[in-house]
Amino acid sequence: MIKVIDLHKYFGDLEVLKGINNEINKGEVVCIIGPSGSGKSTFLRCLNLLEVPTKGEILINGVSIIGSIKNPKKLNELRKNIGMVFQQFNLFPHMTAIENITLAPMKVLKMGKEQAESKALELLDKVGLTDKAYEYPSRLSGGQKQRVAIARTMAMNPDIMLFDEPTSSLDPEMVGEVLEVIKTLALEGMTMVIVTHEMGFAREVSDRILFMDEGIIYEEGKPSEIFNNPQRPRTREFLSKVL
Amino acid sequence: MDLIYSIYRVLSDKIYFSFIKENRFMYLVDGWVISIQVTVLAALLGIIIGLVVAIVKISGKSPFAQVADWYVSIIRGTPVVVQLTIIYYVILADVSLPRTIVATIAFGINSGAYVAEIIRAGILAVDKGQTEAGRSLGLSEAKTMRYIIIPQAIKNILPALGNEFIILLKETSVSGYIALDDLTKGATLIRSVTYESFTPLITVAYIYFIMTAMLSAGLSKFERRLRASD
Repeated sequence: MIKVIDLHKYFGDLEVLKGINNEINKGEVVCIIGPSGSGKSTFLRCLNLLEVPTKGEILINGVSIIGSIKNPKKLNELRKNIGMVFQQFNLFPHMTAIENITLAPMKVLKMGKEQAESKALELLDKVGLTDKAYEYPSRLSGGQKQRVAIARTMAMNPDIMLFDEPTSSLDPEMVGEVLEVIKTLALEGMTMVIVTHEMGFAREVSDRILFMDEGIIYEEGKPSEIFNNPQRPRTREFLSKVL
Repeated sequence: MDLIYSIYRVLSDKIYFSFIKENRFMYLVDGWVISIQVTVLAALLGIIIGLVVAIVKISGKSPFAQVADWYVSIIRGTPVVVQLTIIYYVILADVSLPRTIVATIAFGINSGAYVAEIIRAGILAVDKGQTEAGRSLGLSEAKTMRYIIIPQAIKNILPALGNEFIILLKETSVSGYIALDDLTKGATLIRSVTYESFTPLITVAYIYFIMTAMLSAGLSKFERRLRASD
């Protein structure tokens, strides 16, 4: 579904991604782990072109997306199908939860207001926040905000969902409720790429783990292989520190 | 007692002499109307110019952006009196326009540069994550601006814009340099017939102060209401 070939990314003179190759299949849940500064988030943000790769190729369903950077229509079309959930939630503070969710379906998919709202309520029910539909984000806890953000992304019926450290800015007691929602999505067969520091969660939910270090995918494998029997020294060193 | 009485006598004489006699207060009334006219029209012109310039500057690397940069630097780097006199005596020297219009154009062009910076700063102050969230949902750049960025930027922009208009109101007091009879010039006209400076100047200062104080009060009330919705 997603094929990445020799992806490089520079910020000025700094080479953040040094040639990433990987393939992510439909319905697969892939977690990316690794030390900070290893390029995890940059790699994820290249997949929906929030970061423009310096070199390399990304194919989605066999079609190169790099060319869409200069074509606003194609770019919006691409992003419609790739949802993203951010570390800082990025809810729109001037809109209620339900308005946050219905904005894109109404303005991008041209869905009617009633239809968009009934779908939004359905999604809010799914993330357990029906009673918060008409609250503004400032009145929600971190965990509730992130669940609304996930519902907002799902409202576009994306084929792929990207999660950029979805629990890193949450208080510890709220991490569970968000991971629970992501787990439900995984069970429903959503294709997901998740950058995370929650090792227990990564082990439980993912089909495959990518361990990134210094701009490359240093080791990859099934969760059981990576966590129980890492093959390479830096993977071992990292896991011994975080587990 | 005698002292207070004599101060009272002197003041009431001065007030009679400066304002009542020969209806001299009409210099201030007429001048006040012109000052208000110029301020309001220049403010509107300033908003239009500022909006266009801010959009050009934010949208980046067009040749217009360079021009917009120059415009803002030149206006902010030179005194408003100099700009006003250049527009009246140099640029529009051969065009016969009413002075009120010339002053409106000059102050509008001046205010536009400051308004542009206010709008630009207000838009840039909205967290970058908001744009990313909008774009990642497939909203176009224009729709992201319209539905997500602008509504949040307005909260940053409006209070600063109110301040700009208070400044503008005071700056129109140099309109006398192009022989426009505004409020400040009204005081000068009274002085020139009475040779009495104290009452007209203090009165004019007081009128400006009352106007700006009222604007400030309205503004802080408005700001409180904006904040209440957070």
